[in-house]
Amino acid sequence: MFPKGTKRKFSDSGEEPVSSGDQSPPAASSAVARTLSSSYSLQRQSLLDMSLIKLQLCHMLVEPNLCRSVLIANTVRQIQEEMTQDGTWQIMTQALAAAQCPADRLVATEVLCRQTDAAAQAGQSPKPFSVVGLEEGYHSEEVVMEGDVETEVTMSTLSPVSPQLSSASYLAGPFGMGPCWEEEEEDGECEEDEEEDSEECVSEGEEGDRDHLSEDSRTGEQVFGTFEIKHPAPPPDPALEELFSDVDPSYYDLDTVLTGMQAAPKMGPYDLLESLSSHGPTTLSSSSSCRSDLNELDHIMEIIVGS
Amino acid sequence: MFLFVDIFFAADIISTVEFNHTGELLATGDKGGRVVIFQQEIENKNQPQFRSEYNVYSTFQSHEPEFDYLKSLEIEEKINKIRWLPQKNAAQFLLSTNDKTIKLWKISERDKRPEGYNLKEDDGRFKDPNNITSLRVPVLIPMDLMVEASPRRVFANAHTYHINSISVNSDNETYLSADDLRINLWHLEITDRSFNIVDIKPANMEELTEVITAAEFHPHQCNTFVYSSSKGTIRLCDMRVSALCDKHSKLFEEPEDPSNRSFFSEIISSISDVKFSHNGRYMMTRDYLSVKIWDLNMESRPVETYQVHEYLRSKLCSLYENDCIFDKFECCWNGNDSVVMTGSYNNFFRMFDRGQRRDVTLEASRENSKPMQVLKPRKVCAGGKRKKDEISVDSLDFNKKILHTAWHPQDNIIAVATTNNLYIFQDKCVFTD
Repeated sequence: MFPKGTKRKFSDSGEEPVSSGDQSPPAASSAVARTLSSSYSLQRQSLLDMSLIKLQLCHMLVEPNLCRSVLIANTVRQIQEEMTQDGTWQIMTQALAAAQCPADRLVATEVLCRQTDAAAQAGQSPKPFSVVGLEEGYHSEEVVMEGDVETEVTMSTLSPVSPQLSSASYLAGPFGMGPCWEEEEEDGECEEDEEEDSEECVSEGEEGDRDHLSEDSRTGEQVFGTFEIKHPAPPPDPALEELFSDVDPSYYDLDTVLTGMQAAPKMGPYDLLESLSSHGPTTLSSSSSCRSDLNELDHIMEIIVGS
Repeated sequence: MFLFVDIFFAADIISTVEFNHTGELLATGDKGGRVVIFQQEIENKNQPQFRSEYNVYSTFQSHEPEFDYLKSLEIEEKINKIRWLPQKNAAQFLLSTNDKTIKLWKISERDKRPEGYNLKEDDGRFKDPNNITSLRVPVLIPMDLMVEASPRRVFANAHTYHINSISVNSDNETYLSADDLRINLWHLEITDRSFNIVDIKPANMEELTEVITAAEFHPHQCNTFVYSSSKGTIRLCDMRVSALCDKHSKLFEEPEDPSNRSFFSEIISSISDVKFSHNGRYMMTRDYLSVKIWDLNMESRPVETYQVHEYLRSKLCSLYENDCIFDKFECCWNGNDSVVMTGSYNNFFRMFDRGQRRDVTLEASRENSKPMQVLKPRKVCAGGKRKKDEISVDSLDFNKKILHTAWHPQDNIIAVATTNNLYIFQDKCVFTD
């Protein structure tokens, strides 16, 4: 159903015909296959995948472009709304729920959330994977340096770890990093304010996510998270390991989270990354550019930690 | 009919281009935080064979890369916008901004130096007072022109998000700066305080669906400004109404064409630039595929719409994939508001003559760079049989984009920035009269 390693071609010939009430004609035996077999659904699915990847892959050193993120998120939301109306969404969820296993998660999630696994599985509200994922890296550093801040809460609420919890609500908003954005506020403000903000927002976020987590609400949020599994990270895969082989495992601690750069090359299964890099130089960061930035990051790390 | 005049090679990607109010100076900002100012050679201005020559006048480093330790993020030194202040004395002033900090720069000339001090030698050494037998008056003697740029004000720490616009008010005392979610009002003399006049940040960031993309003050009414959004709306605000201009006085929005609806509709409706006409009666907006002229008195729809590259509509998915769909093109008016110009891909740029209802596509390329060479109109073949000299959509180079263009405030001289090069073109009839 979701063949691993397949690069879907998105045909440009003509725009997708959109009328929100459109029902894709079923064409094969299984319900999902039926829906997906129509070219429109396939294209829509492909667009959705592309959008999700775009939300994740931003250059980690500089703050991601908010306008671009908002536009992509809105597109994702739009697709999800349409799919919900179609009924495709519900079918998708069910199929995925059946197939999902907790170990399946995008590698990046693992990297980012290694130390917060326990907390996350304790049922803390997960946050969107997308743009938030990047911010997590940034704010964990912030959190560490200001010892007084309720760091654990902040960090853990931001990790969209287990699939069940990963209502990684792209739709709850990739900016649902409420705590992060609030903390980001007012450079001039004192730390106290930031703490307050983060606490406030964390509780807001948690409430919001509790709603999302209610099982019978067929909200896109809850279901959406399962999309992370769509391309499950393969078990020890030689190609994957080769990709990460020259990454120093010692990075897998605070540094990793801090730099966040590590996440970029690992954010998707290797095949996705490959297919992306073939899209031309103007696209998303390739693993090579990420690696070349590691030296820069070393330097930056020295500044932060060394001083 | 436009002619090639000059080309300048930039060390880095050009990120903004702006003429000053007389057109004598042309400023460019680049990705490396540098500002390069060109000055027009005006000696032969009254001759029929007038060739608008621009030469490098001053170069300085406006912004340096910074590191935000709190967020572990780099702050790019790229100059997002430059705006000139109207000239008040011998010196020139401009505002330049990167993502977070705005700076006021003073550019002044020095072409004389004092000579003949009584107590000092010419090289600065002090004379022995016992050897002085006569007194003289020091005189100013000419020297080689030296242009100095010095930062006079630094307006920092007022923006959480990335600054996309700055605009100097017609009162010449204040200016606004806009980021993705907020607009601040500054006084040019005061750097430690700014007034927040627009705030569209939702209480819950998860509800964020719209950002501010551009903002500008009205050219004559110092109380009026507009800001555009990623959803294709423009809001006109009156600062007299209330301190916080969250409620607009006018909302300009064109209803969507249902036949063109797609998943990309919102993205391509996002406005990348908004510019008032010089006369203050109209404003122009640029979205991904078109340029729209709005009458400030009519909010329901634009009075004119010009398609920049409609042939891209069927390519939107590819353009989304390679991120080109997020390119922010700027637009500009000519001096008498009769022609508007904007850039496109493949180093093409487009001009729309409002009065004569004509449009032309020109190309900024090294091949067409002989002095006074006439620019040949280009044509893109959208489909079907490609005629000779036409370019097919599939052979367009999307890496060659013209995002920044500027038109001399009085004459028909234009500055067009490709990625690394600045082109100056002039019309055969340079003067607009």
